[in-house]
Parts: sequence; structure tokens; C-alpha cells
Amino acid sequence: MRPSKVPLITLILVLVFFYLPIGFLVMNSFNKSRYASNWGGFSTYWYERLWERTDILAALGNSVKIATMASLLSMVLGTAAAFALERYKSKLQDAHRLLVTVPLVLPDILMGMSLLLLFVSFGAQLSLYTITIAHVTFCLSYVALVVQARLQDFDFNVVEAARDLGATKTQAFIKVTLPLLAPGIFAGGLLAFTLSIDDYVITYFVKGPGSDTLPTLVYSMIKKSKDLPVINALSSLMLLVTFAVVAVSQRLTRPPATPS
Amino acid sequence: MASYLRFENVTRRFGSFTAVNNVTLDIEHGETFSLLGPSGCGKTTLLRMAAGFDKPDEGRVLLDGKDITPLPPEQRPVNTVFQSYALFPHLSIRDNIAFGPKIAKWAPEKISRGVDEMLELVDLKAHADKKPSQLSGGQKQRVALARALVNKPKVLLLDEPLAALDLKLRQRLLVELDAIHDEVGITFIYVTHDQGEAMSISDRIAVMNKGVIEQVGPPVQIYEAPRTSFVAAFIGDTNFLDGKIIDCIDSRFSRCEVKGFGSIVIDNDKPVSKGDRVHLSLRPEKLIVSREQPTTKETDNAIAGKVEDVIYYGSHTRYWVRCGDWKLCAEMQHRQYQLDETPPKWGDQVWLKWHANDGFLLEQYREEDEGMLTLPDAV
Repeated sequence: MRPSKVPLITLILVLVFFYLPIGFLVMNSFNKSRYASNWGGFSTYWYERLWERTDILAALGNSVKIATMASLLSMVLGTAAAFALERYKSKLQDAHRLLVTVPLVLPDILMGMSLLLLFVSFGAQLSLYTITIAHVTFCLSYVALVVQARLQDFDFNVVEAARDLGATKTQAFIKVTLPLLAPGIFAGGLLAFTLSIDDYVITYFVKGPGSDTLPTLVYSMIKKSKDLPVINALSSLMLLVTFAVVAVSQRLTRPPATPS
Repeated sequence: MASYLRFENVTRRFGSFTAVNNVTLDIEHGETFSLLGPSGCGKTTLLRMAAGFDKPDEGRVLLDGKDITPLPPEQRPVNTVFQSYALFPHLSIRDNIAFGPKIAKWAPEKISRGVDEMLELVDLKAHADKKPSQLSGGQKQRVALARALVNKPKVLLLDEPLAALDLKLRQRLLVELDAIHDEVGITFIYVTHDQGEAMSISDRIAVMNKGVIEQVGPPVQIYEAPRTSFVAAFIGDTNFLDGKIIDCIDSRFSRCEVKGFGSIVIDNDKPVSKGDRVHLSLRPEKLIVSREQPTTKETDNAIAGKVEDVIYYGSHTRYWVRCGDWKLCAEMQHRQYQLDETPPKWGDQVWLKWHANDGFLLEQYREEDEGMLTLPDAV
């Protein structure tokens, strides 16, 4: 029987729906004309303008700093959380799993508001650090989920084997457990990085004056229409980076090929 | 004989389940010792307590006279071959084997010499730089063995090492394992549920059931002189008869009445006196099946019966023969002189003959075993 064409057609339609607007944006970033309505010819003019904008470069620097810190922290904390969820026996484990997963889908407004309230009540100065802490709260869940998936088919006999061969608990963790989990942890970290770098809502709540990240800056820029083509160029670059990061992360989470 | 590895009154409980119940066991230096029993009998728990992955709730584990009970696995001079191999998937075969020596900080030349020796021993030189996922099951098993042996352990623990392999490969590796044991000369403790493996590789076997050791002895003794009904039925197949001593003929033989069967001559494997109740184990291959009434001496038994089932196994045939209230399983090899007459068929009247020595009295008589002991299954 010939396979039905319906799934293929659906897939193509869905992809068009996803990527048509993005394609339009990318195309416009190379449009010489300032207005999207007419094509003024191919040009890298807006990319050059982008390079001259110190406010954008500063915001990019902030975003990268925050995303790096947040993903590193959530790699450590998320891995610890994944171990706790996978290895301990408790009647409350289902509840724990829920509590770790929920931040992924919790409304950003709620997260942002509650974090702001917390920071204010502690008298913390809003800064890049408060943004980083805020980002860790949801990035951690991502890493925890990815690492826990790795742990589920992790053969803990190899850890016993390492102990049996003379390794202390710490040596066994460093020489066996960590190298085997590293692809999962790293993939989770990369996903966390992409989440952090394009977060707007939560960041907006907890950012202090002058600590703009790329998304918050872009949002304030679109009020001025003369900046729009520059934003197109910026968005296209971010798109490129995101694709690259997700591709690497997908490679890492692919289960290793095992010939039988 | 001196005890090398000793379990002393060891008990291990998991919640309300007692996995190992007050076990005392002495294993000698250099022997291959098997822990044999069905799953859940406590054999693996006992092994894990020797390796240090598990600690006894009561009792001690002694190695070479030293109490090793409180030591963590990394400080015990024993190594384990795991059922799942547990090779390190991110390391090459060479690095897998070198793992222990590297942790122990051997000199680099010593490490590479040791690893080469091991690769030679298990015949995997050509695969040294491969990853475990590129090897077959049998090769992985050899790597696991080499990885353990390179550390020169005082005792090698093998946890069902061949369970994941197919029959032919299992038989070949068993021979190899035996050869390696002869070569390295260290104590092997071999955990298995497969009586064939245990019988063929062991110097001595401990048969375990429900957390206790039912019998310890060399394979021949375990098979020919089982102490309990469990051992008799777990190791090979056997027929059980429940009887009562009615006459002590002399110091060697007695006459025993089996209800609904007849009176038979038995060998006094243990001291018996008139009126004692006994369980007799009668292995299928000891019974001779014939159509004609066999000639008997006074130490022979011959009982008439009717064939109720015949199963052909290629190398032998099994007959289930109804004798009075009892059904006995008899096994015959296909030798030409036995086939001169046509082999018995379903429904034929036949005779079963055996010598008094071929039966064996279980050491323990238990009221609850009366009539409960089962025949070998017809499969």
C-alpha cells in the first residue's frame, strides 16, 4: 500500500505557517528600502547600521552574560534536581516532579511578578544579577527534564563497577557518571541558553534601570519606526544563532547508536 | 581445611523480607565455589555483601582472617563480573581494563603491561581500541572478566556472568572460564540459577533456598546424595517416594513399605530403624525399563507398571510409568542393545528395575513433604 500523502501535505502547510513570517522578516533585513511594502534591492546596509548601535551591542553583551550565567547555574542545579527526582524513593516524588516541571508552563507574568515582589521585599537592587536569578528559575526545569530523561536509561551498574574497581564515590562520579551524562547536561544547558536569551516578560519585571537585555531593548525600539529595519537584521542574526544552538543540542540528546 | 572467605552468621533483611537468613559459609582458597538457587533465594545478596555493595544487618564477612564487613567496595581486594557486564561505554576496551590500575595509580609501564597480559588472556588483542558497543555479548563478557582480573583480586565474584548469552556460547565460555581459573589460580565465587553451569564449573556448590543454605558439597555429592527434597528436585530431576521402614535387613540394607506401591529394598544412606518414615529420591536415569519381568537379586527392586506418557528427547527418551498410586519417570538412553526389543509405547505394561544403591534417602524427613513432592514435569 502506498503511504498516504496527507501527513506530508499537513507537515508542509504547518512549516509554511511557521516559517513564512520569519522568511519575510529575513528577506526584509536585506531590503535596501526602509519600508517593507517595497523592495529596494538587496543590501547589507541594515547589518552595518546594527554594528554602529552601541546600545544594541551593550544589550547583547548583557543578554549573553545573563544567558551564560543562568545556563551554567541551571546545569548544576538542574542535574542535582534530576538526580534527586530519579534516585530517591518517596511517596512525594510525583509532587516533586510536578513542582519541577510547572515553571515551564507557568504564566510568565506570574513568575515575573512574584520574583519582583521577592526581590523588593528582600531589598535587593534590581540588576543583571536579579535577571540571572529569575532566568535560573525556569532554565533549571529544562535541564532537570533533559537530564532526568538520560538518567532513566542510565545503567547504574557502571557506577558500582567503578566502585568495585577501586574508585571512591567522588572518583566514580567524575570518571564515570559525569562523562556519561555530559551530553544530556550540555544539551539542557544549550536549551536553557536559548530560553534565557529571548526571554522578555520575566526580564521586564526584574530588570533595573540601564540593565536592558536584547529583547527588552528591541521592544522599546519598535516604538520608533526608523529602527525597524535594524531590528529585522538583529532578529535574523538571533535566528541564526538559535538554529545553530538547537541543532547542536539535538545532536547531543540523540541516543548513541548501538549496533546489536 | 582453612577458610579463605567466610560468611559468619550473616543476615540481611529488606523490610519484612529476609533475603539472607543467618548464613555461615566457608570458601577455600583457590576453589571455584558456586552459589546456586532460584531467583530470590539470596545468592546475589550474599555476593553483594562480599563485594561491599550491601552490608549485613547481622554477622560478619571475613577475608583471609580479616573482618572486611565495614569496608566500602573500593577498599576490598575483591572484584566483580556483573551480569550486565557494566562496561564503561565511553571508554575503549583498553581503558576499560586499565580503569582499576589507573585508580590504584600503577606506574604507566606496569599498567600497559598488565592490560596487554589481560587482552592476551581473554584473546581480545585485536579489539583493544574498540568501544564496548562494537563488541558481541561474549566479547563484552571477556572484557568484564579482564577488567576485574587485571587488579589481581584475592577473590573474583561472578554474578550470573553468562545469563545473557545463548546456549552454545555459554558452554564455550564456561570452558574458557574454567581454563582461566586454572591459569590465575584465585578464588572464584560464581552465582547462578543454572544447575548445569554450577555442576560443570564448581569445585563445590552451595544450594540456597529462601535465604538459607540447604546443602554445601562437591557437585557429585549434591547430585547423588541430596540432603533435602529441595536440593534433590532443584538439581536435576527426580522421583520421590514416601515410605516407612518395616525391616532392617542388615547394616547396609533395609526394607521399606511405600503405600500404594509395594515394598522395596533401600540402601541405608543414613542410620534408620524400624518404623522410621523416610523420603526416597530416585533419579529417572537409574530406572531400567523393560517389557519382560527382569531377573532380580535380593538387592534389586522390580515393579510392574503401565506407560502413561512417552517423550522423545533425541539423546534419550522419558517414560512416565504408573505403578499403583505412584507415577514414576524413567529415562533411557538409545543404545542398540536396549532397542533390540521395540521400545515401550503408550499403554504398554512394563517393568521398572533399580538397585537399592540407586535410590537415595533424604537426610531430612518432613511431615509436610509427605505426598507433596512432585514428579519431573513432562516437558
